[in-house]
Amino acid sequence: MAILILRESSSGLERHHRIELPDLFEMIFEYGKKYLRFALNIKNHNRIQEFLTTQPGGCSVKKTKQLFACLTLMAFGLGTAQAEYALNLVQGVTQLSNDVYDLHMLILWICVFIGIAVFGTMFYSIYYHRKSRGHVAAQFHESTKIEILWTIIPTMILVGMAIPATKTMLELDDIQNSDMSIKVTGWQWKWEYEYLDNGVHFFSSLDEASNRARQVGSGIDPKTVPHYLLNVDNPLVIPTKKKIRFLFTAADVIHSWWVPDLGWKKDTIPGFINEAWTYVDKPGTYRGQCTELCGKDHGFMPIVVVAMEEADYNAWVAEQKAKAEVNKSLAEKEWSTDELMAKGESVYTNNCASCHMPDGTGMAGTFPAISGSPVVTGDINAQIDLMYNGKGMMPAFGQMLSEVDFAAVVTYTRNALGNSVGDSVQPSAIKSLKSSMPEQEDDEDDEDEDEG
Amino acid sequence: MSAVVAEHDEHHDHGPEKGLLRWIITTNHKDIGTLYLVFSLVMFFVGGAMALIIRAELFEPGLQFVEPQFFNSMTTMHALIMVFGAVMPAFVGLANWMIPLMIGAPDMALPRMNNMSFWMLVAGALLLASTLFMEGGAPASGWTLYPPLVLQTGSALPFAIFSVHLLGISSIMGSINIIATIFNMRAPGMTLMKMPLFVWTWLITGFLLIAIMPVFAGAVTMLLTDRFFGTSFFDAAGGGDPVLYQHIFWFFGHPEVYVMILPTFGVASTIIPVFARKPLFGYSSMVYATASIAFLSFIVWSHHMFTVGMPVAGELYFMYATMLIAIPTGVKVFNWTATMWKGALTFETPMLFSIAFVVLFTIGGFTGLMMSVAPSDFQYHDTYFIVAHFHYTLVPASIFILMAAGYYWLPKWTGHMYDERIGKLHFWLSVISVNVLFFPQHFLGLAGMPRRIPDYAVQFADWNMVSSIGAFIFGFSQLLFLYVVIKTIKGGTGEKVSDEVWEDAAKHGLEWTLPSPPPYHTFTTPPAVIPTEHI
Repeated sequence: MAILILRESSSGLERHHRIELPDLFEMIFEYGKKYLRFALNIKNHNRIQEFLTTQPGGCSVKKTKQLFACLTLMAFGLGTAQAEYALNLVQGVTQLSNDVYDLHMLILWICVFIGIAVFGTMFYSIYYHRKSRGHVAAQFHESTKIEILWTIIPTMILVGMAIPATKTMLELDDIQNSDMSIKVTGWQWKWEYEYLDNGVHFFSSLDEASNRARQVGSGIDPKTVPHYLLNVDNPLVIPTKKKIRFLFTAADVIHSWWVPDLGWKKDTIPGFINEAWTYVDKPGTYRGQCTELCGKDHGFMPIVVVAMEEADYNAWVAEQKAKAEVNKSLAEKEWSTDELMAKGESVYTNNCASCHMPDGTGMAGTFPAISGSPVVTGDINAQIDLMYNGKGMMPAFGQMLSEVDFAAVVTYTRNALGNSVGDSVQPSAIKSLKSSMPEQEDDEDDEDEDEG
Repeated sequence: MSAVVAEHDEHHDHGPEKGLLRWIITTNHKDIGTLYLVFSLVMFFVGGAMALIIRAELFEPGLQFVEPQFFNSMTTMHALIMVFGAVMPAFVGLANWMIPLMIGAPDMALPRMNNMSFWMLVAGALLLASTLFMEGGAPASGWTLYPPLVLQTGSALPFAIFSVHLLGISSIMGSINIIATIFNMRAPGMTLMKMPLFVWTWLITGFLLIAIMPVFAGAVTMLLTDRFFGTSFFDAAGGGDPVLYQHIFWFFGHPEVYVMILPTFGVASTIIPVFARKPLFGYSSMVYATASIAFLSFIVWSHHMFTVGMPVAGELYFMYATMLIAIPTGVKVFNWTATMWKGALTFETPMLFSIAFVVLFTIGGFTGLMMSVAPSDFQYHDTYFIVAHFHYTLVPASIFILMAAGYYWLPKWTGHMYDERIGKLHFWLSVISVNVLFFPQHFLGLAGMPRRIPDYAVQFADWNMVSSIGAFIFGFSQLLFLYVVIKTIKGGTGEKVSDEVWEDAAKHGLEWTLPSPPPYHTFTTPPAVIPTEHI
């Protein structure tokens, strides 16, 4: 099996996810997968039914054989990327991710062989050198020759590992000659994407269906939510067959941006700019998550990358630009209080409720309540100022929300969640506030510092 | 001469104080050793209960029991309590009990400080536990306490930092005591290269602790001033550097994980030869390997930070340096295997736990080697793969060896034999469930599940359920150990144990030349013969 896998992984980028095993292995493999599902999913009785009625090839395989198949499967970690009981590393869709995968497999097999040798010796000894078999202990306790041998051999193996590892490391680091750049900013708990070449700019957070289902006691079965916790409202769209440079930074705490299919992750750190690159061949949707603990909703800020053919990508960019224009005109328009309240409710749910709670009662000691808050029930300009610029853990929503959303959520908080101040603010007022504030340019300065 | 003997006889009459006061004011190394061991056992169950809360929440997708913030507090507190409350104090307890007995000393070199370091540990642990009830909850930023996130902690932050200070002072005092004892109180003829390996590994661990604890204390003090006194050590907006904290932390953190594993090596090297009825293979290479691992632990810290965006030269250096650790670690595993080779093996509970340690620790070592490769670590980092890795090097390694040590020395400590049947049952339940618990976590990590998340995508559901089932079996199996310990203290199987307890054990260590249980004061005159079987 080892040989099969090694051969498979040297055949370049166009290789298949599934290994072409001889029929016997194929059967064991299929059967093992079924058995695993059956044996381990104790809740689902339908599965048992399914298992009993569908036996591969109509042959009757005994329980011991099934167990053997299952153990083989576990021990050898064959790629079952699509199965629920996934065992091995994601192979990914880029040259980089495939190189990393090959490196992973190489070292995994080295470890497996060393393990077989060491544990084999040990278990031989455990079986044959037992006192109960009447074995008498030898009394040797030293051998400089052997000690030198088992120092030098591992050293040589390590050198053998270090060479391909260095090669891949240098490849990962080579950010030169990129076709376009995207700046990624981590926020508690969403991602901001800025296309440095064409000005497209948006935030990406957990989609509403997942967000509803993930609340404690929501009563919604996560299995009914498509791509539960791995879906966002606005995915990152990239063109295929382009070398894309990513710039990473963060606005509050450290996050980490990881899409397994791209083959790497990179921390996003406030005050730093990190870089990484990718080149995706095939259109597709690739999902990932934040991988650096960043507070209570760390588990709820997924990443979705949609790779498109260049033409589709260009159409998408045009669409984004048109959308921005529409938003601009919406901000000019006069909004009724009812419209603002309706809009504000959804903005509140998506942006505020995770800290201040859906009913606005907050969390004692960490997140202040909205209901009856002196800020929310006091001077409207003071509230706008605080929300616009942030304070402590409260992010600066001035950059994060559109004028309409900002005005809507201010109006909503003042007239709902137990508050009834009765006033409201128009998006146009927020717009003029925005134009009077200087653009924040901190990040660019930091980049210079980092590179210098 | 006669005057000396008379004074010596008087000492024999000194028993322990009566009642509770005995345990509060004691300066006896055996009493303090017992205190440490009991304390760590209690903390093991507290930390274990937190782990079960984590695994219960992760049993299936969706949030069933706890809020995400509390979940994060649980992962943080579980780690802090297991590291600083359970594993480290357990080894200090073993050191207190065994080092004077192993080197033929009457007590520790600094008995009053010994008492103080124990009670400071209790104070630190209570302070840490009290943060659970504070406004804003216990620290929830992971045991690494990375800024800026840790600065968002509620009122618990200064208490957690002060508790780290107390635990650090306690560890430093304990280490000074151990080093002073080893250097000054060895029996005549007990040269450094005749010391049992447990003593050697603790000597090296002691130096590690003295070197790193002040570094950690410094790092958390900088957090304190950043939060309360307007400094910006780690705040980019004030000209500071959040990554600096990670460098300082891991300069402490990497040797810290070896603080938990080096004494583990020592105990394994003590137990395996006894049940193989053979001298330890390659005694001096074991000593040198331990020293090399300790040295390397100071120059590899950034392999915990491959993804922070270091220059490529830094990544490569830390990758190569980290790979080197495999060499001395490999030597140790080969030596243990060679010790068992052609022995006359028996499989009492201590030996079973020790063999399981060698095998499962090696698996943890393999995944460690995989992660030392920086490009692959870009995939493994901060996923369940690393969770599986370090739990393999801590639970079926450090914890298993602590269990082995318990079974191995309990008859000596109490004078009673433990129940071998329950011991074996405990072993088999533990060794199976620990693998059901942690092995699937490798698969989860490789499939893309990040660590420290309270809820996960549905494709991770099946292995998480398996892992949780393993966790509950493992957790409840440990109650058997508690039962065995209590039963043994109360009289065990009723079987009278000899001084040696284990066949020919006196050839391997001085402690087996003493009565079981040993009198309150031992080796008030140094032993005449030094066992050299282990060399």
